Amino acid sequence: MRNLILPLACLLAAVAAFFVFPYDLAFLTRIVIMIVFVLSIDLVLGYAGIPTLGQAAMYGSGAYAAGLFSIHVWGDPLAGLAVGALAGAAIAALSGLVVMRARGLTLIMLTIAVAAILHELANRARGLTGGADGLRGIRVDPVLGLFEFDFIGRTGYWYALAVAVAVFVLLAVIVRSPFGLSLRGIHESPARMTAIGASVYWRQITAYVIGGAVAGIAGALAAQITQLVSLEVFAFALSAEAVIMLILGGTGRLTGAVIGTTLFMTVEHIAAANDPFNWLFVIGALVLAVVFFLPAGLIALPRALTGLIVDKGGRDADRT
Amino acid sequence: MADPVLSLRGVTAGYGPTHVLRDIDLDLGRGERLAVIGRNGAGKTTLLATIMGLSTLHAGKIELRGRGIARLAPFRRNALGLGLVPQTRDIFPSLSVEENLIAAQRGDATLEEAYALFPRLKERRRNGGVQLSGGEQQMLAIARTLMTRPDVILLDEPLEGLAPVICAMLMQSFEDLAKDGTRSVVLVEQHARAALAFADRAILMSNGAIVHSGPAAELADRPDLLHRHVGVGQTPKGDA
Repeated sequence: MRNLILPLACLLAAVAAFFVFPYDLAFLTRIVIMIVFVLSIDLVLGYAGIPTLGQAAMYGSGAYAAGLFSIHVWGDPLAGLAVGALAGAAIAALSGLVVMRARGLTLIMLTIAVAAILHELANRARGLTGGADGLRGIRVDPVLGLFEFDFIGRTGYWYALAVAVAVFVLLAVIVRSPFGLSLRGIHESPARMTAIGASVYWRQITAYVIGGAVAGIAGALAAQITQLVSLEVFAFALSAEAVIMLILGGTGRLTGAVIGTTLFMTVEHIAAANDPFNWLFVIGALVLAVVFFLPAGLIALPRALTGLIVDKGGRDADRT
Repeated sequence: MADPVLSLRGVTAGYGPTHVLRDIDLDLGRGERLAVIGRNGAGKTTLLATIMGLSTLHAGKIELRGRGIARLAPFRRNALGLGLVPQTRDIFPSLSVEENLIAAQRGDATLEEAYALFPRLKERRRNGGVQLSGGEQQMLAIARTLMTRPDVILLDEPLEGLAPVICAMLMQSFEDLAKDGTRSVVLVEQHARAALAFADRAILMSNGAIVHSGPAAELADRPDLLHRHVGVGQTPKGDA
């Protein structure tokens, strides 16, 4: 029950945000979509210990697949999400078979390379993807045939939030399952997992594919809600920023991904609005502060504060 | 031996280009308890690593229930029924006792079975692996291997560095593991007396080769051999 407090508080905050910031729904929806994306990286990096800087490959594939599906086949948003998930999973499976054979820096470089290749493919396939002009003309049907996407973004926000909650619950089940715990074992020591008879390679590929499907869902959400897919969906910066968000919040904790993403995007939003030229300084300072003082991420803040209070109490008691 | 569950023929193995084991022939019967004893560096751990697929096989055949497994990855051998309890225990310190067990869970294995064998683990199921004593870590390592449902259990020096009372408790657990006669147990151990008391049969290893093989009771009565190859005392039941 104690484990549910923080996720439920985040959910309540998300619901409250809808009413408190009714004119910022587009920004809030971006945060929710990004949370889904960062959750996918948490599974891959935080739990399975696969260092990646190319998760945008799956995000972008999901975005283009869902966009093209709605233009050419069917505008149903849930079907579009499924297509996005399949596209992300397929790219992760295909690339993972090769990428997971590498380790360390080589693996990171390969994940970046996959995203770069897809970026260039999308650029070249102008007839299909719109190239540098982006994929336009995405039309999405009402959610469940009932809730039409509106200009203000109310439906988009609730839709994205519902998907994010579903993804969170699904991942929470996965990371507590024998498979999820074996991923943590692999993260801690692949050699130990091998010694007790687990297939590190296949389990990492499975995690990468599930992470790819989730990233594909995030991309599909973005495509459906913004009704535009640009080449930026494959950008290295997107993957890198998402990793920073995860580190801010705390890797290997799903709620950490939620907190880190929300904080990063809020600070970025406010700082960029106040100082369009030097806002990166604020982000840099934030990351440095967290890395130095809370290496386990913001998710560890309550425990760190409790430790400080207990420690101070102990020292005061010693003095008296 | 008729119809052995595990069979090694002409096995030469090591790590990379280095040869540690030389021309090993070994059979293990169903439900058999085999003790592997020898000095440090005799090749005992490498023998288990080779059976499990964690070393480099240079020559020879390894069969499990008549099926060649020499080319199979460790996880496939595990799926076929081989389970290794490593010498280093390899507990995941950040996972709790229960999570360590669940991480290895396969098929219909249940936590209750593990806790029935080691009730102490149930008491400490919420504790992190790092918070366990050496004996508790060993219990956890054994219980975790059982969660993969092996019918051949390879125990690599499970008594190393443990207090006598814990050793006695673990030896009793090995008896419990083997008592129904369906599981075969290979016990690599430097505590020669304890290993020989447990086993039906024993092999003595020296310099990567098997120098003696026979009933455990018979070897226990060969202090000359034990002294020469294990370094235990001259008394018939001597120990290191």
